[in-house]
Amino acid sequence: MKVFLMHRERDSDPKQKLPPNKAALTQDLELITLFNAMALGDKFLFEVANQVVLSSLDEPDAIRYRQDILKDCLKNAAIVREIYQIPIQSIQNKQKHWLGIFSQYPGGILSSAISLLQMFVGLLRKLKQIADEHADEFESEGFKRFFAMIQQELSDDYFSVVENHLKELRFRKGVLFSAELGNGNEGVNYILRKANHRGRNWVKRVLSRKSPVYSFTLHPRDDHGARALGELKDRGINLVANAVAQSADHIDSFLTALRLELAFYIGCLNLAEQLAPMGEPIAFPAAVDSSERRHAFTGLYDICLALTMKKKVVGNDVNADGRELVIITGANQGGKSTFLRSIGLAQLMMQSGMFVPAESFSANVCTGLFTHYKREEDTSMKSGKLDEELSRMSVIVDNITPNSLMLLNESFAATNEREGSEIARQITCALLDGRIKVFFVTHQYELAHGFHDKKMDNAIFLRAERKADGGRTFKVIEGKPLQTSYGKDLYHKVFGTDE
Amino acid sequence: MTYYSILSYKNVVREEKAELPACFADLNLNQVINAITSKKEEYYLKPFFYAPLRDIETIRYRHEVMRDMEGEMLMAHIRAFAEKMVLVRRYLALVEKLDFNYHKKGWFLEAALVYCDAVTDLARDLSLAEIKSRGFLAFREYVLSYVRSRGFESLAAEARKVKAGLSSVKYSVVIQLGKFSVKKFEGETDYSVEVETTFEKFKQGAVKDYRLDLYKGSGMNHIEAQILDFVARLYPEKFAALDHFYGGHSQFVDETIRIFDREIQFYVAYLEHIADFKRQGLVFCYPQVSVASRDVYDHDGFDLALAYTLLNTEKPVICNDFYLKVPERIIVVTGPNQGGKTTFARTFGQLHYLASLGCPVPGSEAQLFLFDQIFTHFEKEEDIRNLRGKLQDDLVRIHGILARATPDSILIMNEIFASTTLKDAIFLSKEIMARVMELNLLCVWVTFIDELAALSEKTISMVSTVLPENPALRTFKIVRKPADGLAYALSLAEKHRLTYAQIKERIKL
Repeated sequence: MKVFLMHRERDSDPKQKLPPNKAALTQDLELITLFNAMALGDKFLFEVANQVVLSSLDEPDAIRYRQDILKDCLKNAAIVREIYQIPIQSIQNKQKHWLGIFSQYPGGILSSAISLLQMFVGLLRKLKQIADEHADEFESEGFKRFFAMIQQELSDDYFSVVENHLKELRFRKGVLFSAELGNGNEGVNYILRKANHRGRNWVKRVLSRKSPVYSFTLHPRDDHGARALGELKDRGINLVANAVAQSADHIDSFLTALRLELAFYIGCLNLAEQLAPMGEPIAFPAAVDSSERRHAFTGLYDICLALTMKKKVVGNDVNADGRELVIITGANQGGKSTFLRSIGLAQLMMQSGMFVPAESFSANVCTGLFTHYKREEDTSMKSGKLDEELSRMSVIVDNITPNSLMLLNESFAATNEREGSEIARQITCALLDGRIKVFFVTHQYELAHGFHDKKMDNAIFLRAERKADGGRTFKVIEGKPLQTSYGKDLYHKVFGTDE
Repeated sequence: MTYYSILSYKNVVREEKAELPACFADLNLNQVINAITSKKEEYYLKPFFYAPLRDIETIRYRHEVMRDMEGEMLMAHIRAFAEKMVLVRRYLALVEKLDFNYHKKGWFLEAALVYCDAVTDLARDLSLAEIKSRGFLAFREYVLSYVRSRGFESLAAEARKVKAGLSSVKYSVVIQLGKFSVKKFEGETDYSVEVETTFEKFKQGAVKDYRLDLYKGSGMNHIEAQILDFVARLYPEKFAALDHFYGGHSQFVDETIRIFDREIQFYVAYLEHIADFKRQGLVFCYPQVSVASRDVYDHDGFDLALAYTLLNTEKPVICNDFYLKVPERIIVVTGPNQGGKTTFARTFGQLHYLASLGCPVPGSEAQLFLFDQIFTHFEKEEDIRNLRGKLQDDLVRIHGILARATPDSILIMNEIFASTTLKDAIFLSKEIMARVMELNLLCVWVTFIDELAALSEKTISMVSTVLPENPALRTFKIVRKPADGLAYALSLAEKHRLTYAQIKERIKL
């Protein structure tokens, strides 16, 4: 029995390796804000959100598989949350009744495994009941398969076979097992046997047959012998105890997997339920293959900004289909960084199967998302600022692959403009040649202007909008780079002086 | 040819020195030999590695055996043999400790079975193997005649027969409270399988294995012993055969085989150790050795101890060349610190030592000298409060070395006098250098004093180098050239391999 709600044909892997630049992504895109909104204080939900959002899917089809399941969840939120309670209940029962396999010995393992199984059977019956009542209300391939599996595998007959075993395994009459002589004439291959004739007096019947039987009765005070006999019995039931305990573990893993795979969708539900009251739109993005070049959206906003401000924020409309280089210039604090972050967030959310914060959104999937942001502080004393930036860039180049998406934010500006622009130009050109899509936020005129003069078909220039009166709309619009950055504005504003 | 030992063509009684040669610590040879022998403690191999040879014929004898052992097939056969011999020893040790009759005899039988297997397989494998060395050819003859001997044949046949009988025994036990019964097995069905099948559908991949490890190694409690007695009563003839076997074959391990099993591990240990480096593209060669010629050279050599610590790191091992052509005798190494100078000096010493054991050495081609002694003097990080005392100690030690050294000795000097004044250091170094030249020692001298490099026709200069583009980066290459300290500036981007051309090279389409 497999859950398969995160992937069509495999289990979700909570230990899947995250991209090597996960720390940079988390910091640059302020992912913690997103994960907190999904988790609502639940540590487990936070971990899962973190894991899933950072391990991107790169097949459009795999993305659609999750999108469909998420649509079902949005439609049947109460039922999904009820199913999510089943594995939670299992955890609570285990804690409350001290259930679990802690013993080192087969006898103890067997009896605790039986108790555990009895508890699981109760929960599985409940899951079966939900499936029977609500399966019809779900449309996605993933949920349909899931419910069909529950109904097929967990029949009433099956439950009665299981309960019968749980009774027999208590061995009230005695234990029968076979063995052979191994190396050094030590007993090996202990195998628990079912007597050929069952019934209440099976022990008597086994021992009263014609072949010779040698019996030994322990002296009542032979404690050592009693212990040895117990050990021997343990060897006899070793395999069956293992089988039962592993079965308990398997069911436990099934419930754990159910919790793990639903947790992501619960996080999405939590998120959607916070965006709705703000009036912020959500859209299921159209993801296309990584070999294509698509990036078109309307009303794309920075979800982390909205969550932090707790209100609707400015959205942007851009059509960059067919473009590989997007250069964003313009006023400081004009929304350039916010825009760049919204690009990165939407890409990660899309590739985890989530809805995105926009009215509409389509983009090609990327094989990797990389961010290179100017860092305010230089953490290491050893290297200068430019040296530090370059060394981070070098690590990115080590990991980047064609069809990746690279977000650069004021990079390589820690030297004079001519040098900085030249370094940035060489890096950008080489990335484009490597079929990497580049979004570059810069106030370096040399750099932006240089690309603009080349009149490249695959480049688009955006600018932070500035109104005639110098005020900002925080909107990003198409426009060629302008000679002055707007630091002066900021200066006047901060210092309260007039131009 | 008569077989004496796989380590020597002569029948010499070697005395096994357990004492560490004096140069070991400075040359990091202790690390090398520890690493080589650490997984082979039970063979007690260190004495073999503590005994350098000056006998060219024995070194050639070992080279031949080592070359044979480099064949993967032969190596695999020897490993298989060794693994079985380990078991034989373990089982026989167990027999000594056990209490119950048939338990003891059971393990004795196992030991004999494994031994027969080990020797039979070895004889068969050697007769098919392509071997060229005098050592293996002679040993093969020995083993083949041993396995055909009447004593060995009867041991093997009887052991197999007794084992077959015992293996066919199958019995059932019924346990009730305070009581158990034993009978022959009568085909009752397996209950575990039934339970597993029922829960099959929940399988989720790997889960914990709750099976208790049944193998306890030694010991059988009196309940198990009682069961074994009952089983012996159920199958009396099979156990009578075991009694007979035990009585007839008390000392079955052959002495020559036993010694071979230990000695061959000298080769196994060394080859296993260098295999890791070979996988990384480092090379080893069989050096030409001489007690007469003072021309020495090695191409692509490296420090085996350093290479070992760099295993499993990203850092590459840097290889270096050197050569000395008569009348050149002394390599003076100068250049930036942390540039690999000490490593180079150690490498020179290690190469000569390993060559004297009859082992292949780091490098693609080498000619090395068979020394009588290796002397080393390495500057130690000392208590600087007592500089005068330290200088005196140094001089006393160097004096002692020069008094014991002969023209056949090798001397490695590393950064001596680094903590004295420059003037003193120059004066003392020149004085000592003169004595070294007079003794005609083969010598590597690491120093910060450039003048030493061009003192006479006997000295040559080698320099640790830096990247011309970025003096901060050491290459760890030591090259033969006059001392200089050139530095070149380099753009930061280039250093980070971030120019257009460099990135294009790095991103693979």
